[in-house]
Amino acid sequence: MRPESEADLAEVIGSASDPFHIRGGGTRAVGVTSAAAVLETGGLSGVSLYEPGALTLVARAGTPLAEIEGALAAEGQRLAFEPMDHRGLLGTSGEPTIGGVVAANVSGPRRVQAGAARDFLLGVRFVDGAGQVVKNGGRVMKNVTGYDLVKLMCGSWGTLGVLTEVSLKVLPVPETAACLMIDGLDEAGAQEVMSRALTSPYEVTGAAHAPGGPGEQPLTLLRLEGFAGSVAYRTGRLQEMLTNLSVRVETDPERVAALWRWVRDVEIMQGTGGDVWKFSVRPSEAPGLVARLRASHPVERVLYDWGGGLIWVESAPGTDLRPKGLQGHATLIRASEQTRLELPVFQPEPTAVAALSAGIRARFDPRGMLNPGIMA
Amino acid sequence: MQMPEPNPAILAKKARIVERLRSVLPADAVIEDEMETRAYECDALTAYRCPPLAAVLPSSTEEVAAVLKICHEEGVPVVPRGSGTSLAGGALPTADSVILGVARMNEVLEVDYADRIIRVQTGRTNLSVTSAVEEEDFFYAPDPSSQLACAIAGNIAMNSGGAHCLKYGVTTNNLLGVTLVQMDGTVVEIGGAHLDAGGLDLLGLICGSEGQLGVVTEATLRILRKPEGARPVLMGFDSNEVAGECVSDIIKAGVLPVAIEFMDRPCIRATEDFAKAGYPDCEALLIVEVEGSAAEIDEQLGLILQIARRHNPVELREAQSADEAARIWLGRKSAFGAMGNINDYMCLDGTIPVNELPYVLRRIGEMSREFGLDVANVFHAGDGNMHPLILFNANEPGQLETCEAFGAEILKLCVEVGGCLTGEHGVGIEKRDLMVDQYDPIDLEAQMAVKDVFDPAWLLNPAKVFPLTASERRRSVALAAE
Repeated sequence: MRPESEADLAEVIGSASDPFHIRGGGTRAVGVTSAAAVLETGGLSGVSLYEPGALTLVARAGTPLAEIEGALAAEGQRLAFEPMDHRGLLGTSGEPTIGGVVAANVSGPRRVQAGAARDFLLGVRFVDGAGQVVKNGGRVMKNVTGYDLVKLMCGSWGTLGVLTEVSLKVLPVPETAACLMIDGLDEAGAQEVMSRALTSPYEVTGAAHAPGGPGEQPLTLLRLEGFAGSVAYRTGRLQEMLTNLSVRVETDPERVAALWRWVRDVEIMQGTGGDVWKFSVRPSEAPGLVARLRASHPVERVLYDWGGGLIWVESAPGTDLRPKGLQGHATLIRASEQTRLELPVFQPEPTAVAALSAGIRARFDPRGMLNPGIMA
Repeated sequence: MQMPEPNPAILAKKARIVERLRSVLPADAVIEDEMETRAYECDALTAYRCPPLAAVLPSSTEEVAAVLKICHEEGVPVVPRGSGTSLAGGALPTADSVILGVARMNEVLEVDYADRIIRVQTGRTNLSVTSAVEEEDFFYAPDPSSQLACAIAGNIAMNSGGAHCLKYGVTTNNLLGVTLVQMDGTVVEIGGAHLDAGGLDLLGLICGSEGQLGVVTEATLRILRKPEGARPVLMGFDSNEVAGECVSDIIKAGVLPVAIEFMDRPCIRATEDFAKAGYPDCEALLIVEVEGSAAEIDEQLGLILQIARRHNPVELREAQSADEAARIWLGRKSAFGAMGNINDYMCLDGTIPVNELPYVLRRIGEMSREFGLDVANVFHAGDGNMHPLILFNANEPGQLETCEAFGAEILKLCVEVGGCLTGEHGVGIEKRDLMVDQYDPIDLEAQMAVKDVFDPAWLLNPAKVFPLTASERRRSVALAAE
């Protein structure tokens, strides 16, 4: 099924009796649904409004991300939350859509400073499980009119409704970027350096660490963005702060972009055979958690982003890496379908929280029509 | 603004309810005397008042849970209250409701600079969150103008903003976790010191739900390192259109100021009479503030001034010292006081797409003549959040009603041009009946369905946010259960 309009989509869902597997570009196959029939959103495509002077863009949910990024680039703007491209990591093909980015709340390294996809989402239109068209939020940056279903829809993986239109806050592309590269730090030391950088007044927009970097050696990366003079100044101040460390500075725009794409898309785990877990934790607890995981599981690769708040961990297939009593959450991003059916892909919630989530799903999709089971 | 009639069955069992509340709280934490409950009869929307059945001041999450459990069992509506600074009537009680004030819960529970978080009890005031981390040069970014008095609980309930949210976002962008007590007394932890939700984003849903989904007793907030410095520049223009274009050009040029504030002529004149900040007598005035080191500020302001000059400003004034910076902000910060000095006023809070600014200001001027009431405009221009102040005389019969009717027309205009009813104050009772102008019945139904999940009996702050006719069936289920 590939409806060509919101009204068609509402009709399709309202009149159907079997559940749907909702697909944007099909590049983010993370959860597993029991639904057999595929409902594609690609027919709902196109930027419907773009006001560079108001920093807002409205697009239909099936619009290819590349089209949106192209339109923004032409005006010197961008999606500041830096959505990750999952294709390399998951071995998927197809064109990522803006609806998919929103449905999965996909952010990148800049999330630590600028915010997540959910923080830039201003409004949504969607078709709920009963086939009704619902809107929430709008296209202005400040809006507290009624409940914030915009946040709720972001990251709900299609289980509450099929997005038809999203409006986003966009930001200017900074004039320049620089990357500080620090060699040879152990994980606890790297986490501390990242924290120091992120608690400095120098507006670090990326802080990542790979115990085995591109050259198999530990590499810590810090990113600065802004006007040229400002970036040069802040680079100098950070170097002074880290004066006893071996720091190199990369200022070539292409190489800086490539380094952060390497982090964003977890290139270190692309094409390798293990399962990939994504942990969201308190940054200072990250190195300890990784050490415990290593002690009890066959951990193969690790990448820290968000100053340690995000950890990508690759381990042998079929291993349940999720520790008991985890403060934060772990998502099984890549594994065989068998493993993803056996292990919860998303972090199991405490009973009272799970009851709230289940209650909301039951209201928005009473017949269980939309991606049933995909967030289990 | 109508409020539902109090339920006589609840009024009749006041003694029992009070006795039960006293069984779980210290004696001084239950207020039921008719003179003392008057302290809770209104919030900052003072035109509407009604003493509650009782007020309680719990000191812990456990006490909040015990209170809610009793009220749930007794079928008593509960109105949560932070510091009572809501301009929208968010904390207005009904005669059959219990006010649950969080003012005694004001402890800092944890500060962690390395992880950039603070955890507080939510009765703590907004400004005192920053005070708690200032010694290490950190701050909590959302800065509503009532920040000296307003509580974090209310900030979370209303998803409060402030002057600096163009750069730092509003409450929801700076809130990482909450302890939420549900109406039946269930305590849930949502989020924490980590980023983003593992499942559905319940935290995003709770923030801005106006105390209708639960009572937030503790919150984990993001704190940020203070910038090295900040400096404002003042610009005067001879038309609102030109000032609006200048804002748009600054944003398009890739500068992201922390604040862009706009004042129109009536507002400039009133504040000048009151505060004598030395503002130019012009049609529109902008205050633009940027942050960073001295050199970074020079770089950004250089670009901003270059853009401003293209729009033939009647005045350009860059602060050369802390004193001059304070003078530039003086008038803006006294704007509300200045208005209060000359008149009663109603402060609106609609948001519009930035490019609609000139049109909306022109229409407001026309409506001002139609309704016969003056308006002064002061607002956050970078994000389109307008605060028209309608001046009226509360002692003259009929003027409050005219003022409310005028305000409603302005908010409808905001919706008409693609904006919304409220940017940072919340709906409360003030904009409740206008919700139908922004949302279709299906849209409101989806929101009310969320409340059904968290508070099936509709006991938490029930007469707010949704038009009474829209929520009537749900609220009457609660009554019928009595």
